[in-house]
Amino acid sequence: MSNQDQISFEQALERLEEVVAKLERGDVPLEEAINLYQEGMQLSQLCNGKLKQVEAKIEMLIDTDQGITAVPFAPQANEKGE
Amino acid sequence: MNNTQIYTIKEINKYIKMRIDQDSVLSDVWLRGEISNFTHHSSGHMYFTLKDKDSRIKCVMFASQNARLKFIPREGTKVLARGAISVFERDGAYQFYAHAMEPDGLGSLYLAYEQLKAKLEEEGLFAASRKRALPLFPRTVGVITSPTGAAVRDVITTLQRRYPIANILLAPVQVQGELAAPSIVKAINYMNDIKQCDVLIVGRGGGSLEELWAFNEEAVVRAIAASQIPIISAVGHETDFTLSDFVADIRAATPTAAAELAVPHLQDIKAKLKYNQDTLTRSIQYKVSHTRQKLNNLMQSPSLIEPKRIVHKYAERIDYLQMALKSHLKGKVNKDKGTLSALDHKLARIHPEHLIKLNYNHVKRMQEQLTVSMKKQLTKQSYTFVALTKQLDALSPLKVMSRGYGLVYDESKTLVKSIKQVEVGTVLQLNVTDGKIDCEVKAIKEE
Repeated sequence: MSNQDQISFEQALERLEEVVAKLERGDVPLEEAINLYQEGMQLSQLCNGKLKQVEAKIEMLIDTDQGITAVPFAPQANEKGE
Repeated sequence: MNNTQIYTIKEINKYIKMRIDQDSVLSDVWLRGEISNFTHHSSGHMYFTLKDKDSRIKCVMFASQNARLKFIPREGTKVLARGAISVFERDGAYQFYAHAMEPDGLGSLYLAYEQLKAKLEEEGLFAASRKRALPLFPRTVGVITSPTGAAVRDVITTLQRRYPIANILLAPVQVQGELAAPSIVKAINYMNDIKQCDVLIVGRGGGSLEELWAFNEEAVVRAIAASQIPIISAVGHETDFTLSDFVADIRAATPTAAAELAVPHLQDIKAKLKYNQDTLTRSIQYKVSHTRQKLNNLMQSPSLIEPKRIVHKYAERIDYLQMALKSHLKGKVNKDKGTLSALDHKLARIHPEHLIKLNYNHVKRMQEQLTVSMKKQLTKQSYTFVALTKQLDALSPLKVMSRGYGLVYDESKTLVKSIKQVEVGTVLQLNVTDGKIDCEVKAIKEE
């Protein structure tokens, strides 16, 4: 499973769609189908998990004496203008 | 004087026109000046004079070209015009044929823009083949714009609304003024150095051509072209394109549109995931139930339920064959037996003993019959004899004579029954019971 943790969401979703398409064709042997199903469910959980990481950071780069660093950023709410 | 060539006016004007038209400087010139004596003819052509404080030149701008003007030329408007110098032969006057014209001020920017655009285009910086595809699911979106104002707010709001799982890294830059271009270039380069972003949005909200100018500067355009990270340009201007727009991997009309291009909609992905998950489950369920059904069908096949049936089938067949064999044999024996007994019978029938017995019986029967019929005959004869004797007895003449009757005979001993047999005198003999009387006929009397 370690390699699954490292694959990107994009790869996981792509692979999931591949698995689904394969399984939906229905011509795979049962054992392979079960393996595909398990893989598909793992991928699906992986994707869902990645989607649940809502703690995305919003940061702004600022110049300091130590160089450029990132600090949390919140845009001003109602400022008008460009 | 002999070799002096004399030209007609037309000839000399034609010659001047030819010389001027051949001049490479005069064929494409930019002029700065102020419009005067402006006439917009009913034909659509514009006639005016361009002048500065020292000099003036007659100008024409034909309808096909002045239709593209983005401003309305007026008396006194300072303009920057591009065109060619040529000669109007009829009047012997050279004039400026304007192809393009901008109000001055902006005009110089416009000129720089056009020249830089041509140069970069020639370098192939705007080629479609250079455009890179954006990542479908960026983890971090880099935003290079002013940290204040609507643009950055629109971008962040849109990114968060659509795809709240993406990190946002803002590189604050100046988006107008002298320092704008260097700060934008620095930010693009820095983003490429730290390699944290999957896609960059570079831009600002809408503004005038001068306000947007930083995005037309060569350094900015080249920085965008050099970026390893795909870049979405988002200079808020619906109609005019900045050079950044041309060089970016994709151009968005507004910062909001740029954010929409940068990330997918989480709901769409979730729906897609859900669909895939459902399909996955449905497929495997179908597969399993289908396989189970298949297995069940197989398990219900007669040979699995009752393996003896395979043997039975053969046993039945053997029994049948045995029976057939037996009955066949029996039939054959019976048939032979039948034939034999038929022959026996036939033989018996033709045996002499039988015949002898038959004939013996016949003889015996005939004997018996003979005896019976003889007895019958004897008895019958005996009766007849008695009856006849009685009858004879009854008929005996002696008996009658005893009652007084007599028999009359003639001499020849013939019984006389009629008178005709006698005559008178005939001697007769009369027989009575106890003797004979001789008589003579005395008379005959007929009665």
